[in-house]
Amino acid sequence: MATLVLPRVRSRSALPGFGFSLAFTLFYLSAIVLIPLAALIIRPWELGWNGFWAEILAPRVLHALKLSFGAAAVAAAINSVFGLIVAWVLVRYRFPFKRVVDALVDLPFALPTAVAGIALSALYASNGWIGAPLEKAGIKIAYTPYGVVVALVFIGLPFVVRTLQPVLTDLSRDSEEAAATLGATRFQTFRRVILPTLAPTLLTGTAMAFARAVGEYGSVIFIAGNLPMVSEITPLLIIIKLQEYDYAGAAAVGVVMLAVSFVFLLALNALQAWVSSRR
Amino acid sequence: MKKIAIALICGLAASAAHAADVKLLNVSYDPTRELYKDINAAFAAQYKQKTGDTVTINMSHNGSGAQSRAIIDGLDADVATLALAYDIDAVADKAKLLPKDWMKRLPQNSSPYTSTIVFLVRKGNPWKVKDWGDLVKPGIHVVTPNPKTSGGARWSYLAAWAWAEKSPGGSADKAKAFVANLYHHVPVLDTGARGATTTFAQRGIGDVLLSWENEAHLALAEAGGADKFQIVYPPSSILAEPSVAVIDKNVDRHKTRAAAEAYLKFLYTKDAQEIEAKNFYRPRDAAVLAAHASQFPNIKLYDIDDVFGGWTKAQQVHFSDGGVFDQIYKPGQ
Repeated sequence: MATLVLPRVRSRSALPGFGFSLAFTLFYLSAIVLIPLAALIIRPWELGWNGFWAEILAPRVLHALKLSFGAAAVAAAINSVFGLIVAWVLVRYRFPFKRVVDALVDLPFALPTAVAGIALSALYASNGWIGAPLEKAGIKIAYTPYGVVVALVFIGLPFVVRTLQPVLTDLSRDSEEAAATLGATRFQTFRRVILPTLAPTLLTGTAMAFARAVGEYGSVIFIAGNLPMVSEITPLLIIIKLQEYDYAGAAAVGVVMLAVSFVFLLALNALQAWVSSRR
Repeated sequence: MKKIAIALICGLAASAAHAADVKLLNVSYDPTRELYKDINAAFAAQYKQKTGDTVTINMSHNGSGAQSRAIIDGLDADVATLALAYDIDAVADKAKLLPKDWMKRLPQNSSPYTSTIVFLVRKGNPWKVKDWGDLVKPGIHVVTPNPKTSGGARWSYLAAWAWAEKSPGGSADKAKAFVANLYHHVPVLDTGARGATTTFAQRGIGDVLLSWENEAHLALAEAGGADKFQIVYPPSSILAEPSVAVIDKNVDRHKTRAAAEAYLKFLYTKDAQEIEAKNFYRPRDAAVLAAHASQFPNIKLYDIDDVFGGWTKAQQVHFSDGGVFDQIYKPGQ
């Protein structure tokens, strides 16, 4: 995740090649990121200002946006807690088959999302291994908005774990021991010593998991149920609009997703910078 | 570059063996996988015998609407064999890859086989579903894909509408209310016909699946399918005419027109009609249909032109943005 660190303008850098590498970076970013995004942003203006707003303020679109961002936020929050625990255990403890467990974390990265979606919906459907007992307890996961959260938790986990791991490895035990000798309880040590150090990285990982979850399509559509106004995610709505050859409408919704994501990531970056500066 | 290379290789092969290697891409919809596997083998053998050329047919399967959009966006289809005429109309309209009157180029509206929509229910038919009206019994769950993304689902929707409008005392208003009621019994809207079949058959969701006739038979033919499901033929349904067309601009560029046209004409031959019947598509050939009569119960099939005034109109009224289908999901209904 790009942290927004602006280069300090200096007359002369100790490192040569700034001009060339900056030019290359700008060119590369433009070709890979900016030009496709510009193409997306230009498209909805075919609708005109009023048409654009009518498109994105339609109740169905608003509901889909609420579901996509809401479910992604909940999933990212869940991942920030459990991802921290997983990363902690993987870094701090030794146990048999640790490497296997460590490799398992990456699976959601590698698995085609459709495969993940089919597997999850098979598990959580009312005749599945997890779905059947839950159904008896009166809880329905598959084909409800909760199913969306389950899929997003699955695909987001590695982002949190993999960003935290290197920082946790570097985190020296000295300060924890010092805290302990000074009479801190375990909770105090965690709350006052460990968490502040990890917070910026944890935020980065959570932001990545969130960003990934907002745009997720493949795994979600198999488990969501896809009912308009209930469990229809924004990417599916975009696909439906494309199916109607409503390219401008699809792009309008896409632009809103992009704008909200961008603002959210910017805010998280600012929060991260603020947390780091307080250390 | 790739095309030049392929052309070179083809040219070399032709000069060496005096027979061409023709590659066709057939872009089709979801449930035709099994059908075209058999058709392609039969056609390749026949074509080789007739012309000496070796023809390889590559398949692409997806939801019919998605395939139509893919062709518009540049998927190099030589022939399109889609679930409904509207999806090929869209290619003619938006990308102008074939003339607008493509439907008249082959017999029977360019649809060599027909199909219809039937009910797949759990064994023993516990909800005693017999007709469309039974699909809105309180508490019953119906599985059908989203008509916005699935061709089969559009036929299902229209079949339900046609029943409600054409049954005694029916009207367009009653049909609208019935269809809205029906979709409120749908717990999952999959994006394609195969997805819906999976939801119903593997996930155990729903009491009735509105299914392509051939998909329903396939579900029964699967291991153990006949012990778990049965097909219910409603007294009336819709005449679904999946359409086929050569994509002119693409075949002219690939120089594959002869093979592509022969391929589609082959679909009307007795051999192919037999294969289609075996795959549970209703053959156009009367003799072949008669031979498989037990497999295709003779139910009343409404014609989309008679009830809805053709695809363009049906699409605009029912499935376009803000159309009747969208109104079903307006809040407060």
